[in-house]
Amino acid sequence: MVTITFPTESQKTAHIRLTLNGEATDVSFAPYKTLLEVLREDLGHTGTKHGCELGECGACAVLLDGKPVLSCLLLALECDKTVVLTVEGLAAEGKLHPLQDAFADLGAAQCGYCTPAILVTAKALLDQNPKPSREQIREALSGNLCRCTGYQQIFEAVEEAMVRIAGAQNG
Amino acid sequence: MDEEKQMRVIGVPRRRVDARAKVTGQTRFADDIFLPRMAYCKLLRSPHPHARIRKIDTSRAAAHPGVYLVLSGKDLPIEYGILPVSQDEQALCVDHVRHVGDPVAAVVAREELTAFEALDLIDVEYELLTTIADPEEALATPAPRIHEYGEAGNIHKRVSLEFGDVEQGFAEADEVFEDTFFYQGNTHLPIEQHAAVAIKDPEGKLTIWSSTQTPHYLHRALAKVLQMPAGHIRVIATPNGGGFGGKSDPFNHEIVVAKAALLLDRPVKICLTREEVFYCHRGRHPVLMKFKTGVKKDGTITGMHLQTLIDGGAYGSYGVASTFYTGALQTTTYHIPRYKFQGCRTFTNKPPCGPKRGHGTVQPRFGQEVQLDKIAEKLSIDPADLRLRIAESSNAVTANFFRLSVVNLAECIRRVVKISDWKDKFRKLPSGRGVGLACSAYLTGAGLPIYWNKMPHSGVHIKFDRGGGVAVFCGVTEIGQGSDDVLAGIVAEVLGLETFDIRLYTGDTDLGPVDLGSYSSRVTIMAGNAALQAAERGKAIIAEAVAEKLEIPKERLCFAEKRVFDSAAPEKSVAFAEAVCLAEARFGTIGTMGSYTPPKSPAVYKGGGVGPSPTYSYTAAVVEVVVSPATGWISVPKIWIAHDIGRALNPTLVRGQVEGSVYMGLGEALMEEQEFRRLPKKLSHALVHKFPSMLEYKSPTSLDMPEVVTELIEEPDPRGPFGAKEVGQGPLLPIMPAVANAVYDAVGVRIDEVPITPEKIMKALAEKKAGREPRFGPSHFPHVDWPEALRVPPPWEGGDGHAVNDAPRTAKRNAEKEKVLSS
Repeated sequence: MVTITFPTESQKTAHIRLTLNGEATDVSFAPYKTLLEVLREDLGHTGTKHGCELGECGACAVLLDGKPVLSCLLLALECDKTVVLTVEGLAAEGKLHPLQDAFADLGAAQCGYCTPAILVTAKALLDQNPKPSREQIREALSGNLCRCTGYQQIFEAVEEAMVRIAGAQNG
Repeated sequence: MDEEKQMRVIGVPRRRVDARAKVTGQTRFADDIFLPRMAYCKLLRSPHPHARIRKIDTSRAAAHPGVYLVLSGKDLPIEYGILPVSQDEQALCVDHVRHVGDPVAAVVAREELTAFEALDLIDVEYELLTTIADPEEALATPAPRIHEYGEAGNIHKRVSLEFGDVEQGFAEADEVFEDTFFYQGNTHLPIEQHAAVAIKDPEGKLTIWSSTQTPHYLHRALAKVLQMPAGHIRVIATPNGGGFGGKSDPFNHEIVVAKAALLLDRPVKICLTREEVFYCHRGRHPVLMKFKTGVKKDGTITGMHLQTLIDGGAYGSYGVASTFYTGALQTTTYHIPRYKFQGCRTFTNKPPCGPKRGHGTVQPRFGQEVQLDKIAEKLSIDPADLRLRIAESSNAVTANFFRLSVVNLAECIRRVVKISDWKDKFRKLPSGRGVGLACSAYLTGAGLPIYWNKMPHSGVHIKFDRGGGVAVFCGVTEIGQGSDDVLAGIVAEVLGLETFDIRLYTGDTDLGPVDLGSYSSRVTIMAGNAALQAAERGKAIIAEAVAEKLEIPKERLCFAEKRVFDSAAPEKSVAFAEAVCLAEARFGTIGTMGSYTPPKSPAVYKGGGVGPSPTYSYTAAVVEVVVSPATGWISVPKIWIAHDIGRALNPTLVRGQVEGSVYMGLGEALMEEQEFRRLPKKLSHALVHKFPSMLEYKSPTSLDMPEVVTELIEEPDPRGPFGAKEVGQGPLLPIMPAVANAVYDAVGVRIDEVPITPEKIMKALAEKKAGREPRFGPSHFPHVDWPEALRVPPPWEGGDGHAVNDAPRTAKRNAEKEKVLSS
């Protein structure tokens, strides 16, 4: 049988600098690691989850330079000098992001495992399109599997957040 | 006093207590635990579906740099399993592997990749055995046996029960219908993969964190296999990232990391890959069903005979219970005066099946509800009207001696008929478009525990502190369903607080009293009633002290808005925190307890332990479909559902459970299947999972989900806390048959099999075109050597819940009677 030898965790020979949730961050890690692994294991950001590590479930989505990416399919080495936003970076100045508030109020998080990725994906949508239709919300979230909610309360929470954000901007 | 008007928490849609943790990513799931010096575990799994282990050599792996420990079957030989009657699993197979993915060895290493790499260095010599792929093969292949126990050959369990003379029932019928159905297996697919972390704590005892729905049963299995006193083991169920029944068994990986942590004296973690989660399975059993039902011209059922053939996979798991469940609840929806049930579960060389949302009752509910649709058509009765005529009513006792409580099935039917405009749509929509209706019932908690005992099923402690803090301790496990919110809501309501004021310590076998686990929709009624009792007791103690202070009768006190008031003179009050201090000064430290044990069931015959419940939830659903006759493609634009909830403790969460059930039911109806295939002969001819990945195991995405209109029927059930019944499982059940019935309404073909795929619709349409029976589904039910049925006369034939031909039980009963008389 052929034995494949992987580099080990102790071989933290790779190094990148990124902006993680608004903070300049330096990190050293084993070069084979994905962004997901570096976030969770080397940077202690366990808010981002995994469900397959093959790019199938969407639970590991983070925003890379404002765009949703599957962090399990991205080598951390590719993320040098990027801006990464995870669920831990959504709340600001001690206040939850309107999406977080709406998700909490409207039951959009049941087990909460897919929630971090759905929140950041929804944020990317609202950043780019402040008034998405239900169909556009469906489309934007179609890569994020949720087994608990049946999605309906998630759609409603995104729509509620949209209204609250608009209200805050107008008010 | 009008309780309704007083409610400030119960019944009010609100943010669940753990919502903030979930939306900020702070909920700590098992794999989010990182401890100093933590080592990682990986399991070597069998590549063969059925084989003897001839030799296993772990020396090369053990010598690999970075490897701390290698375990194999001989290190953990004691058998365990969720049911006392099926102790048939070993944490690592000792000499026999029974499905692809059965674990044979474990490596613990400094890094996960090192452990993974070292798996390749374990040499295992297998002797391949005949593989059994399905129940028919199992019936035809008594040897080699997958297990040395069970009924005979590869039959795990056979059940035969008869409540009244069913042949007489058919003789009295105007029409007798015989239909065969097949329900394919499917899996839970929680997004969180199973994970566990174990440590030998500083005192030398064991602590394990695990994504388990049943910490108490894991606790028992660990004590048994590790041969440690249970009191020296602490199990902490981390919030589950979805469970749906898939995390309800004690698992091999949990036992392995516990053993490794004890041996290494360092934390050991395991997180399964998605492929491994498919091998853990414990999902929906594939079931072949034959229904024979006699009806009068007006739709009255005169008798029903149901046979089920169940593909159990490689281990027992909950299978004996599942077998009974495939026949238990048929009688709870419609009045069936005579009922016969025969079920047979076989072992096969596939990952073990077990409990998935609706446990064992989903498959026969599909068959029953589709058959009713056929009956309604033949009798020219609207399917909704037919069901209304025969729906069970409150406080009935069924033919198989299940005592129903509040039954609002008829109201559910009337409500969905109304909101879906059923009468304007059924058989009236243009071709290709159709509606289907189906109903169901489900347990609100299993009436009996998994292992026989007389102790409560759930317990709650409440600690009151001088700052007004209220801490609730209970073994319940948060799997996303909102069990923590149920406890907080009930306690807050009783004490006049907000849920935010309640601290929760749950899912921990050290901290809280036992709760049996998050299964069988039991948490709201059982932990909820225990919490209610503990809170009421605390309230009584506090009221005593406050009444003394305010010099008023305690009956006049009212707990609301974080104060204790004189209801006759609201200006007379003390703050809740002060009230606790008064009580502590008067009575000493304040702590109360509550517990819950389900009422005794009249179903005392052998096998009557599966199916009784304190009360049952009811659901009716209408599904609208659009079917393309050219491609068979089915789309579902809208679903209407009415659920008999008793009382919605938190309507936001209740709606979420209904919609989540609809979603999961729709996945089962249209696409989800746990399928297997044989590798080519020139390879190994092994039976392998067809697609152990999330991409290939199709589940509905946000684009597939239709609009769901949910109506809650709220008539408080005296058995539920504040009248609440279950909602986590019941609303899944009507979806699959409603889809099948809607497909028939749309294009006139019967798909008597789940999932209902475009391919099957095309085949049925081809049959229709050729002038044959417009149907796709199984055509025969194989011969099973059924044991003699236990005959239990139903209540209306003078039955007392005992079988008339169960000689051993009758002898035992008579001996007990004599003992009582002679003493």
